[in-house]
Amino acid sequence: MNIIVLGLNHRTAPVELRELLAIPDSRMGEALARLRAYPGIQEAMYLGTCNRVEVYAVAEKSEWGFRELEDFLVATHFSLSSEDLLPHLYRYSDEEAIAHLFRVSASLDSMVVGEPQILGQVKEAYELALTHRSSGVILNKIVKKAISVGKNVRTNTRIGEYAVSVSYAAVELAKKVFSHLQERVVLLVGAGEMGKLAAQSLVSHGVKEVLITTRNQHRALALAERFQGRAVPYDQLRSTLAKADIVICATGAPHFVISKEDIQGAVHQRMNRPIFLIDITVPRNIDPAVKDVDNAFVFDIDDLNAHVGNNQEERLKEAKIAEKLVKEEVGSMVAWLRGLEATPTIVALRKKAEDIKKTELEKVFHRLGELSEKDRIAIEGLASGIVNKLLHGPLVTLKAEAQSQNGFAFIEAARRFFELQEREIHSQEPQPVEDEIDHKVLEESVSQKDEL
Amino acid sequence: MSETLAFLTMGLYFGGTVLFLTFLLYRSETLSRVSVFVAGAGFLIHTAALGMAIVSTGHLPIMTFRDAMSFFSWGLVLVFLVVGLKRGLQVLGTFILPLAFLSMVSATLAPVEADAIAPVFQTVWVHVTLSILGTIGFAVAFVAGLMYLMQEHLLKSKQFNVLNFKLPPLDFLDVLNQRSILFGFPLLTLGILTGAVSAQLTIGTYLSWNPEQVWALITWVFYFVVLMGRVTVGWRAKRAAYLTIVGFAGVILTFIGILLKSPQTIAPL
Repeated sequence: MNIIVLGLNHRTAPVELRELLAIPDSRMGEALARLRAYPGIQEAMYLGTCNRVEVYAVAEKSEWGFRELEDFLVATHFSLSSEDLLPHLYRYSDEEAIAHLFRVSASLDSMVVGEPQILGQVKEAYELALTHRSSGVILNKIVKKAISVGKNVRTNTRIGEYAVSVSYAAVELAKKVFSHLQERVVLLVGAGEMGKLAAQSLVSHGVKEVLITTRNQHRALALAERFQGRAVPYDQLRSTLAKADIVICATGAPHFVISKEDIQGAVHQRMNRPIFLIDITVPRNIDPAVKDVDNAFVFDIDDLNAHVGNNQEERLKEAKIAEKLVKEEVGSMVAWLRGLEATPTIVALRKKAEDIKKTELEKVFHRLGELSEKDRIAIEGLASGIVNKLLHGPLVTLKAEAQSQNGFAFIEAARRFFELQEREIHSQEPQPVEDEIDHKVLEESVSQKDEL
Repeated sequence: MSETLAFLTMGLYFGGTVLFLTFLLYRSETLSRVSVFVAGAGFLIHTAALGMAIVSTGHLPIMTFRDAMSFFSWGLVLVFLVVGLKRGLQVLGTFILPLAFLSMVSATLAPVEADAIAPVFQTVWVHVTLSILGTIGFAVAFVAGLMYLMQEHLLKSKQFNVLNFKLPPLDFLDVLNQRSILFGFPLLTLGILTGAVSAQLTIGTYLSWNPEQVWALITWVFYFVVLMGRVTVGWRAKRAAYLTIVGFAGVILTFIGILLKSPQTIAPL
């Protein structure tokens, strides 16, 4: 049994490729069913955001699993071939896979470290996996833990303040150019997390209109609904620029999307009315030479950080604390997984039964006082008989089912029925994940919590 | 205007100037209040002095260069108190108070004339008043332009300091610039017309092509072009800021020209 993840993110793949791999929620059931149909895959979860596409799975053999996941990703879009895809993929297994998910959930792997949306996206991915029954005991446990790690990191480090403060800075700077945001038109280019965050804070200050354009028109429409704005076809970006007072660019494209000439044209069309541009992505999407255009004000992520006095050193320190938290949790997760193997459970169950038998026999011998050797043997025999007969069924089932698809469910169940101490596991489970997920989790019957 | 009150006003404007410049460096509410208080006190004494002069002479004292500068200074502080306090923009004081103070200084430096020349005709008085009010408009446009360029520079060079924090948004400054010119320009136009009428009445010709008149006409054409440029080809924002600074420099040159040439001349424009 191996936990594996295959995926690509903003660092390894261009946005065009990431968009091809996006699966809309409406088709998620079908996709997850397709995943589960692979013989080597026992559990699976699909995590898709604008910055990453990842498939998490529990596979019998990691090599086999990776091959099947590759096959799955290539098949998501007809125009994809494995040659296109393979150079952009990363793959992690077991401890590394768990660490990766925890880092993603804690927003340590995000384009903007500390941005708050990824946690919600992991939750959504988890809910979809639960709804479509593609996850099982192991993934459920790991993802739930990942979510709680993400929360833990947000509450115990200041990593989240930074992302929030960046969009705050965007609003503050916009107010230095425009006194009344209520009269201003915002154009959001791309669907990057920070861009949406910045747009959100502008919308909450009550801008006049929000225009949205992304390469993927569906996504633009979805965002338009969210911000009660209007989606604009991507090929009209240049002509739309002149209508916008505030432009937020967060496409995740590895090249400039807005050039100096575009802005010169827009400012000219606007008859020199100032235009305010926020380039929130790394690498930058707006040509920095735009700063030489009169009445155009462009700020990138470093400027926003400088504005709120976010200093790099402090941020790295917080990230380090977060990494440490993640590492500890990965350790305890790995220990739990080891405990899930059949043999230690059987040994522990036998030992527990032996221990109980021994204590109970000592008690009864003490109470009965002097006994003949024959009586003693008879009583011991009785106890052994009951214990062995009672354990026979569970032990046989455990041995047989451990190899099956649901093996871990049986092992986990046995551990809980018999209250087996997991000696290997020293850490404690932090507070369980609350809110909307939990009532669904209850149906899953197992893995609600560890032995404390 | 009595000497004592004039010096008291000047002293308070000087205090206000120093306080407002200090205010620019610190994020202090108290400093901002004290600055406004000192400037306000100066304004009250100034107003009282003007009132007393009106009571004693029966007309607004603007007929000497000295009085004209004093009235100009008074109007500037009034604009600051009205616009700055209404919009919560104390920072306007940092730019207007020095200007008001310098006007007062130039007023006291001008030679004291034996007595104000009594306006021969009512039109002369109207001409001078309108011209000064128009000039106040251009002065405010100049201040707005200056602030615009400073804020623009800070934003472009990404200097997020106290100055950037205190200076108003660019669009506000651009609108202030435009409105000040829209306020000053018609007044200047009327000032020139009444000036021509007075000239006709006093020396028998509308236009004698003396340097002050030529400058006044150049100034008028310049601001007319600035206003038209905004509407037709988008001379706003940074360009408008530059133009109004240049325009006001021209206005100041006219003032200096009048002062150097004939201290007893009655009108600044």
